[in-house]
Amino acid sequence: MVDAPAPGTAPALELSRVVKSFGAVVALRSGTIALESGSIHALVGENGAGKSTLVKIIAGLYQRDSGEFLLRGESVDFRSTAESKAAGIAVIYQEPTLFPDLSVTENIFMGRQPTNRFGRIDRKAMKTEAQGLFRRLGVNIDPDRPAEGLSIADQQIIEIAKAISLDASVLVMDEPTAALSGVEVDRLFAVARSLRDEGRALLFISHRFDEVFDLCDTITVMRDGQYISTDPVADSTVDEIVRRMVGRDVTELFPKQEAVIGDTVLEVRGLNSAGVFHDISFDLHAGEILGLAGLVGAGRSEVARAVFGVDPYQSGTVRINGRKVPPNSPTAAMNLGMALVPEDRRKQGLVLESSVARNTTMAIRRTLAKAGILTSGEENASARVWASRLEVKTNALDTEAGTLSGGNQQKVVLAKWLATNPTVLIIDEPTRGIDVGTKSEVHRLLSELAGQGMAILMISSELPEVLGMADRVLVMREGRITADIPREDATAESVMFAATQAANPGDIAATHAPEEHVA
Amino acid sequence: MTTLTPATPHAAPGAPREKPAVVRGLSAFVRARETGILLAVLLVIVVTTVKNPSFVFSSDGWRDLLLTPSILVIVAVGQAMVIITRSVDLSVGSVLGLTAYLTGRLFIDIPGIPMIVVFLAGIVLGGLLGLINGALVAFAKVPALVITLGTLYAYRGINVVWAGSDRINASDMPKDFLALGTGQFLTIPLLTIIALVVLIIAGWYMKNTRGGREFYAIGSDPAAAGLYGLRVVRRLLIAFVASGALAGLAGVLYAARYGTVNSQAGSGWELDAVGAAVIGGVAIFGGSGTVWGAAIGAVLLLTINRALPIIGVPDFWQRAVVGALIIGAIVLDRVLALRQSRRLLEAREETK
Repeated sequence: MVDAPAPGTAPALELSRVVKSFGAVVALRSGTIALESGSIHALVGENGAGKSTLVKIIAGLYQRDSGEFLLRGESVDFRSTAESKAAGIAVIYQEPTLFPDLSVTENIFMGRQPTNRFGRIDRKAMKTEAQGLFRRLGVNIDPDRPAEGLSIADQQIIEIAKAISLDASVLVMDEPTAALSGVEVDRLFAVARSLRDEGRALLFISHRFDEVFDLCDTITVMRDGQYISTDPVADSTVDEIVRRMVGRDVTELFPKQEAVIGDTVLEVRGLNSAGVFHDISFDLHAGEILGLAGLVGAGRSEVARAVFGVDPYQSGTVRINGRKVPPNSPTAAMNLGMALVPEDRRKQGLVLESSVARNTTMAIRRTLAKAGILTSGEENASARVWASRLEVKTNALDTEAGTLSGGNQQKVVLAKWLATNPTVLIIDEPTRGIDVGTKSEVHRLLSELAGQGMAILMISSELPEVLGMADRVLVMREGRITADIPREDATAESVMFAATQAANPGDIAATHAPEEHVA
Repeated sequence: MTTLTPATPHAAPGAPREKPAVVRGLSAFVRARETGILLAVLLVIVVTTVKNPSFVFSSDGWRDLLLTPSILVIVAVGQAMVIITRSVDLSVGSVLGLTAYLTGRLFIDIPGIPMIVVFLAGIVLGGLLGLINGALVAFAKVPALVITLGTLYAYRGINVVWAGSDRINASDMPKDFLALGTGQFLTIPLLTIIALVVLIIAGWYMKNTRGGREFYAIGSDPAAAGLYGLRVVRRLLIAFVASGALAGLAGVLYAARYGTVNSQAGSGWELDAVGAAVIGGVAIFGGSGTVWGAAIGAVLLLTINRALPIIGVPDFWQRAVVGALIIGAIVLDRVLALRQSRRLLEAREETK
């Protein structure tokens, strides 16, 4: 068991001014947090605030570039997850990491099973210990059953059992409640409190403020990879925390042109996909930029993919200019004038090994080809038009797309879709991973297109982008649209509030696990 | 296969519902994937023996029944260890060929060389070739299928360059050594005993040690194994070295058994080894199955090969039957896996 903290001793775990960058992208500018034994510490922040990076450094998955990492007052450098585990740190990821083919018991003890002196695993002892752990956690799980098919909640219990059997002094839970129902959350919290009372230090990452305020003792806010503040939960209010999470200047960075909003072009009614999103209805008008905001995992990209026909949906209709778009057919959607610029351009938007010209003309190959044959001359001619309009910086059109910078790659993807002359453009995270200069170019371009009457649905996790660009903001939370805010009323606080607060806390049980994103 | 006893997914902890060990052991045996394959082997033997009693009831028949699959069993055990970690080793046939030729060369070039040295040389060479495979897979992060397909050709190429049109004959090797290939102990061929020893050791290791269980963990979810802090690279290397070393041992035994070795010895054995593992219930995507299953798979594969002509199936169809067997085994695995996951999901719904 872990000793209770003597007053004045070093925190169980302390990070100060930790920096981590990936290439040119700085994921963590200044990570600072101090976890006390016998206390539950909340870490909150917007998407991309650097929480996940911080967790991965604690877990030994990433190594910090600079800054201090102290465990019980001593500096540590974990080079692997095994080392951080050995030091008594257990991390429970959003998506539990279990071995589906192996029994629950083996999952708990893998790599450190009790053995006799011949190296033979003592299965009986292992099973007895597993039963003891489950009894202590108050759950009924058969220790012999395979991990396959366990609910996310039970999988998390297995992870917690693992952490307890390791006698971990520090427990990190990265959005553990994202996929849990109300009852399951209560059970998890009961377990978390009893672990705290045993003198362990817990770090709890969540987007749900009701839970944070219910469970935690201390709260740390991060923003843009930077430490902002740490306060006792008792002295904090939701409003204040939200303000700190978003509190940056929404400058006139984005040259949004005033555009004339025209007729309804895209009409979505009652779209449902079990476990992914529910009852999605909205209109998109010509010349309008509609921002779709929400936290990672709220189901925004999924809605976009369903509207475009990449993913199926169970019920609801999508219409363009009054004509019904058949579900599940991107080709039909394209023919009706829809274009989708996906979030992950490297995976879904570009053929990295192909030339810029080929990528640009990909979506219009069929119309460009004569008698089924496409000459590279025609390809280049068409590509040149778009490349110059979007100012793609590349020496030659036959450069491989994979060698371009992030911003230029994004322009190539845009060019590809703009070449189809869409009336509706759906664009998912238009400026993710792009430097500031190129960002405003992309924004100017979007604004121009809207000015020419194109209807744009822009999904973005960056609040300033949404607030700066959108004529209207839809906010999603856990698969539902929770707010429709006109430009005049849209503030960082109002959007963030709609993205994090349920109307009735706890009664919306998300049934899907949000994707894990590297912040 | 009838419905299996429903699992008890939520036995109340502490409630004394444990059945006696014998009953549990028996029910585990009946349920095991390997039991089905074993029954298939017995079926083939019974049917063939009814047609021609000398298939079992003659000293030659009995000997061949045990002797024929023995070398493949050894290779299949190594293969199973690799497949369980979600890799595959296609180079085993070429490794076997190289070590078989090495065996002959050692006897010719170093007259009077002790047999044990030859065995060790074969195992060490096989292990080194396996280490090359493992290192390429673990460090270059290229799929094992591609790497070992490459080394399959590369190792065979070395063999061809080395042996040329040369052939090792039985007369080149000592009588004691060749006696190993045909010798018996209490009517059981020595090769079979060696194969059994290998099988028991590997089976024990895979079931009862931390290292063995980590093979399963890595095959079950490689990403989770990494997050878990398991030493994935090391385990992969061990699996490939084991597979190579066992193929090396098999090469030495091949020379003893057949007496003649040319540059093509062991061609195509990799497919028999993979087939044996798959038929024996080793999941091709890793994480489940046992070396015992792979061994029984090897027995089934080679016994069917010998039984079909006796039953009167024409040559041409024999390969097709083997193919059907492999596909059948994979389909069966898939069906069982789907049924299992459905059952587990249902159990979860019930307890909600």
